[in-house]
Amino acid sequence: MTGLTHLTMAAALDGLAKKDFTAVELTEAHVKAVETIRPLNAFITETPEQALAMAKASDARRAKGEAGPMEGLPIAVKDLFCTKGVPTTAASHILDGFKPEYESTVTSNLWRDGAVMLGKVNLDEFAMGSANITSYHGNVVSPWSPGEVGNWSRQLVPGGSSGGSAAAVAARAALGATGTDTGGSIRQPAAFTGIVGIKPTYGRCSRWGVVAFASSLDQAGPMTRTVEDAAIMLRSMCGFDPKDSTSVDMAVPDFRAALTGDIRGLKVGIPKEYRVEGMPAEIAAIWDQGIAWLKEAGAEPVEISLPHTKYALATYYIVAPAEASSNLARYDGLRYGLRVEGASLKDMYENTRGAGFGKEVRRRILIGTYVLSAGYYDAYYNKARQVRTRIKWDFDEAFKQCDVILTPTAPSTAFAIGEKMDDPIQMYLNDVFTVPASLAGLPGMSVPAGVGSDGLPLGLQLLGRPFDEETVLRVGQVIEKAAAVTATPPFMA
Amino acid sequence: MSYIQGETGDWEIVIGLEVHAQVISNAKLFSGAATAFGAEPNSQVSFVDAAFPGMLPVINEHCIEQAVRTGLGLKAQINLHSVFDRKNYFYADLPQGYQISQFQQPIVGKGEIVLDLPDGSSRTVGVTRLHLEQDAGKSLHDQHPAKTYIDLNRSGVALMEIVSEPDMRTAEEAGAYVRKLRSILRYLGTCDGNMEEGSMRCDVNVSVRKPGAPFGTRCEIKNVNSIRFVMQAIEYEARRQIEIIEEGGKIDQETRLWDTTKFVTRSMRSKEEAHDYRYFPDPDLLPLELDPEWVEAIKSTLPELPDDKKARFIGEYKLSPYDANVLVSEKARADFFETVAKGRDPKLAANWVTGELFGYLNKAGKEIEESPVSAENLGGLIDLIADNTISGRIAKEVFEAMFETGEKAADIVEKKGLRQVTDTGAIEASIDSVLAANADKVAEFRSGKDKLFGFFVGQVMKATQGKANPALVNEILTAKLKG
Repeated sequence: MTGLTHLTMAAALDGLAKKDFTAVELTEAHVKAVETIRPLNAFITETPEQALAMAKASDARRAKGEAGPMEGLPIAVKDLFCTKGVPTTAASHILDGFKPEYESTVTSNLWRDGAVMLGKVNLDEFAMGSANITSYHGNVVSPWSPGEVGNWSRQLVPGGSSGGSAAAVAARAALGATGTDTGGSIRQPAAFTGIVGIKPTYGRCSRWGVVAFASSLDQAGPMTRTVEDAAIMLRSMCGFDPKDSTSVDMAVPDFRAALTGDIRGLKVGIPKEYRVEGMPAEIAAIWDQGIAWLKEAGAEPVEISLPHTKYALATYYIVAPAEASSNLARYDGLRYGLRVEGASLKDMYENTRGAGFGKEVRRRILIGTYVLSAGYYDAYYNKARQVRTRIKWDFDEAFKQCDVILTPTAPSTAFAIGEKMDDPIQMYLNDVFTVPASLAGLPGMSVPAGVGSDGLPLGLQLLGRPFDEETVLRVGQVIEKAAAVTATPPFMA
Repeated sequence: MSYIQGETGDWEIVIGLEVHAQVISNAKLFSGAATAFGAEPNSQVSFVDAAFPGMLPVINEHCIEQAVRTGLGLKAQINLHSVFDRKNYFYADLPQGYQISQFQQPIVGKGEIVLDLPDGSSRTVGVTRLHLEQDAGKSLHDQHPAKTYIDLNRSGVALMEIVSEPDMRTAEEAGAYVRKLRSILRYLGTCDGNMEEGSMRCDVNVSVRKPGAPFGTRCEIKNVNSIRFVMQAIEYEARRQIEIIEEGGKIDQETRLWDTTKFVTRSMRSKEEAHDYRYFPDPDLLPLELDPEWVEAIKSTLPELPDDKKARFIGEYKLSPYDANVLVSEKARADFFETVAKGRDPKLAANWVTGELFGYLNKAGKEIEESPVSAENLGGLIDLIADNTISGRIAKEVFEAMFETGEKAADIVEKKGLRQVTDTGAIEASIDSVLAANADKVAEFRSGKDKLFGFFVGQVMKATQGKANPALVNEILTAKLKG
């Protein structure tokens, strides 16, 4: 039943409810799909036995009339979420052999609501990257790559850091996947692979049990093939968690109910500063197209100004590495993961961390250590914090004039492995449209809006007020329907 | 002011103390793990304390309350907005690779501590700040020839770091500061002050200067774990610094250790080797905001503290400042005294508590909580003196027995037949036989040798095994000798 892997979550829930198929059948189809897409290197750990056991339990619950909101839906989990008894690597050598004795709050919530785990998907090491090329377990290939499977004529990146999540969902090996977004790690890969990805407001999803990259920015979110599916999955992932002090004690709305299609009278902010120099014509064109679609649906575009946008990337690349340099200090070879012995404690640290961390992670630890050092703290870290506050104020001001903001998600379509790789700054520029909302803690979503001249997906980004994911989702669905993208990846399970 | 005499004249020591006081709390500062002392290594460690991936700190409200209570007890400013920072450094017993502490915005600001000096005078020392922080684990270097073992039981335990102003000038003042601080913490119930178990540790900052000169370069002596060592380390360190300066040298700012076997301070690391802690606000924790009403509610539950108690003892019981100091230094002592003094002569009660009781306890190496003589029983003994059942002299004998057996004074008096004889007939009979047996001395007395009166009293007391009421003996003896 290969057709099962092409269903949306909403359709799969209907089919399960109508007993067209069972959770076991749905899961079996996906377990097979996971095997089929191995050439993409999307999964680090496949958990087929666990998936089938969970599916069986799900069918039993459904039979008893205890079906949860995601009952029987097979999903993939970014390997940054700790999963009890299942290796959790953060795509790093330094977590070799680490099997958590605990389950992250977000994944616990998903299992509570009936979801089924297919396995742990690949990512950039410690979520640091925009192309999923920094993983210790090898790069992920986008299913949009042209050429023969495994012998691609051009190996496209799926984006990053949630590249494995994006590839698995786009290639129809999972109905959805968890992602995490620190500066764009859900939205940019969603745009690159033609799927939907939403980063909710900072504080919506618990960070407990998620391997930390930059604590003040990290936020989990769903990656799915439709906006409706994102609404379903987001609802299950969210919720207050007393174990995360930054988690917010607010009721979780029924996001699906917000998808009314009615955006009449809504003001859509178009930030003039996002028309960056050298923006490719097709990016500008899809943005204009998005504005036109929303106008047609009765919304009113308004030009807004986010004057500190130009400092956002620099601010992000100070704040995120600073926090990362401290968050990653715990990987010292003493209690879990990799240990490379040395003659002294210092030698052991150096050997372990030298061998355990990849080049990009080491680069960011160095940057972060530098910007927090005595004598540089005020010039870098403290200044960045001040600018971050200004960026937040920019959005506060903007949202006095509009209800939602529309921008492109990424400055280009997916690039090929080998491109943009020599210069880390060039790679960091991928995050130019996604980073400001991360710094402000706002909800942001990427929706497929069309394809570029190269036939590759283009995404548009919607940003909302804090805790107003509902408007973001509602407007996103209007774009999704108007765009009605039919293109699919050349390689699907 | 007391100065140290050097080759080139007088020197003044300048001392500031940083005291790390373990908060009394069943759970750690940011995790639910237990904090009991002496547990099996690594048996009180949560995933948070061991810094497992994805673990997050959650503030233990009780520890915050304890810090606020302590701040209020030090008459300090309570900061309604404070921030937890990360202090980054690598060490094997620091699992996170950083200690969560408070750097620029501590929970408690300026306060003060009044020192009670041995001569009865007092002196106020400023408290700069109090902040909360996590303790690290413990490295055990002596368990294996080549390896170090790590015990994380202490990792994450809440500490209050209480920083003084550089207001102390002698080792005695520093000792008095630690004693007084410990006393306040114990009164408040926020730290048990047990230095042997490490629940209180001191970092001592010492510099020297010529009187009136600006502060000299200081050295910090880390982790000193007894009041005696604090005082010894200061004395040693001051003399070391004076010697260097007088020989034309310069003091290097550095961190030193007190060697408890050689009684010297040793260099641990120089300023150049000092860590760059890269403090920054912990993004896992929101700034701590306190409700002023909550702080007020804590304030209303503060116990009477040593300074107020001392003032009351002097005013209400008319005790000397010295006795009052001795009694209020520990809450248990003060409570014991007040129980004894209730409805009795307070001076007599104070004398018995600070004299006999403390003397015996000291000799037995016991704390007042372990006293075999309860406050009620000591009161009972004093009552027997007051109603003339026994004399003061016999009372001391009774007390000794009470201390040995824990029995009530009345029972001992009864059992040993120590009741004072007030029967005039019996006393008269004793006197008669003493006078009859010493007719020669009676004659001498009557011919003017008054001093012999004491001899007759002694003989009578001896004959009655000390139980005769001394006033009655005097009265009857005087009458008989005149006749």
